[in-house]
Amino acid sequence: MHVPDGFFNVAVSVSAGAVAAAGVAVCLRGARRELDDRTAPMGGLVAAFIFAVQMLNFPVAAGTSGHLLGGALAAVLVGPYTAVLCMAVVLLVQGFFFADGGLTALGVNITLMGIVTVVVGWGVFLLISRALGRSRAGIVAGAFIAALVSVPASALAFTLLFWIGGTAPIEVGTVAAAMGGVHVLIGIGEALITGVTVSTVLAVRPDLVYGARGLAAPLVLRGADGEMTPVGTAEPAPVKRPGGFVLGGIAVAALLAGIVSFFASASPDGLERVAEDKGFLSAATDHALGELPLADYGEAGGIPVGIAGLVGVGVTLGVGGGLFLAVRRGGRARADA
Amino acid sequence: MGAGHHHQIYRRDDTFVHRLPPHCKLLAVVAFAVVVVATPRELFAVFGVYALLLAVVAAAARVPPGFVLRRMVIEVPFVVFAVALPFIGLGERVSVAGMSLSVAGLWAAWNILAKATLGVVASMLLAATTEPRMILLGAQRLRLPSLLVQIAMFMLRYLDVILGEMRRMRVARESRGFAARDVRHIPVIARSAGALFIRSYERGERVHLAMLSRGYTGSMPVIQDVRASARQWATVALLPAVALAVLGAAVLGTGAL
Repeated sequence: MHVPDGFFNVAVSVSAGAVAAAGVAVCLRGARRELDDRTAPMGGLVAAFIFAVQMLNFPVAAGTSGHLLGGALAAVLVGPYTAVLCMAVVLLVQGFFFADGGLTALGVNITLMGIVTVVVGWGVFLLISRALGRSRAGIVAGAFIAALVSVPASALAFTLLFWIGGTAPIEVGTVAAAMGGVHVLIGIGEALITGVTVSTVLAVRPDLVYGARGLAAPLVLRGADGEMTPVGTAEPAPVKRPGGFVLGGIAVAALLAGIVSFFASASPDGLERVAEDKGFLSAATDHALGELPLADYGEAGGIPVGIAGLVGVGVTLGVGGGLFLAVRRGGRARADA
Repeated sequence: MGAGHHHQIYRRDDTFVHRLPPHCKLLAVVAFAVVVVATPRELFAVFGVYALLLAVVAAAARVPPGFVLRRMVIEVPFVVFAVALPFIGLGERVSVAGMSLSVAGLWAAWNILAKATLGVVASMLLAATTEPRMILLGAQRLRLPSLLVQIAMFMLRYLDVILGEMRRMRVARESRGFAARDVRHIPVIARSAGALFIRSYERGERVHLAMLSRGYTGSMPVIQDVRASARQWATVALLPAVALAVLGAAVLGTGAL
């Protein structure tokens, strides 16, 4: 999934970079709340864990294998802020130390694989685990569905970006269908691994699963005379209120649903269109030739593509910024309370 | 997807490229990548000059071509995507060897292949001539958020430990006759991942306590001075500057035509 240099035009690369930087800045603050003074060492450890887990290849179908993205898994295990930070660090390290993923595409990579997977995954996780009640089964099911949704969400976000500012003309419907299809398969693998991993950790160290905070029953000393004394007056970590993140999750889910349905209806149309083009062009090469220099000129001048890119960027920034503001406000209100 | 990152790319040597301050090299590589990405794809010769520039840097750093080529496998997944573009692209089509290919798709494929390859080689040269630790010192020097840099530092230190743990678990699985062949085996891998997380996290907590007891206050001491002289800056700026100059000349040249 690591996008190399040259895939996106400069406008999209730069603005995805801005989105990624804003997201990371928000998470730098949030992560201190999730991990307090242990942020750096434990964050580094989780990043190393994600890096290692991304190397676990799992069989998807006959002959093909996928590997974990890990965004949803990290969000459930260590919390969304730390998860975004760790994904960002993993991608930075892969870009600079392993030449995996383009340097100008770092923003795109962090946005797609760090922010989109974690925000979508965490939003879905909260929705599902709350709907099913805070039980072990609910949390495992939440993690499963969160991972299942996060992978195609990331793939569709990639397609959307590519449509806005990619360097190739494609029928967005067909590519979305192909990307979505493949990544639903990978998502199933990701979901299975995420669900079982979370359930394994829950069974052994439920206190390590961020998404299961508040699940443990308070420790109580039972005296010989039946007297009950609560121990460990230290308040258990406050249960995260749904607030901004659920709203964000709903927004993303609604957006996704909109896009998915659009593509679902558009993809046969896309096929038709390609077929039409093929039949049509053999007869009318003249026209196509006449059109080409113009298209070329526009691309070289970069004006139409650039403007389209900037518009898309504005929308992305607006949505992303609004989401993060909502999340931050929610966080602040909680801290005040 | 799927390419492993088992070993880092760093090559120990002592050329002047190795000795340049890390933050200068970081900036130079990023600037070079930006110039490459901004280059219009019609300028074939300019891409040739970029490749030549990188070859000069590689020669100066004594990085053999085979070393670079072998590590290019990382690009493979996207090469596949690029190769598919002429088939799925829109617009005018040409017939090449009996296949109907999209002209715009061919351009896009060339564009992605050329720029991605140059980008990969540039960052590979950075990684090959700069110790990971030094790259992070450079990042710190460039005022990257210190928490981010520290997470990356800890990540690098933990990486081999966790990968070693994972390797031992794999050996244990395989020595009991396990091989992941189809979907039914996913739970086994997932339980390994869960165990790996618990083991790593517990180890991390122990290490953190040990660090606290030795006086860790939330930041690692910097004991290496990585300041750069004006001359080093000038040397490093050569790569992106020459690239930009060539691009400018080419754009002006075609504009005059």
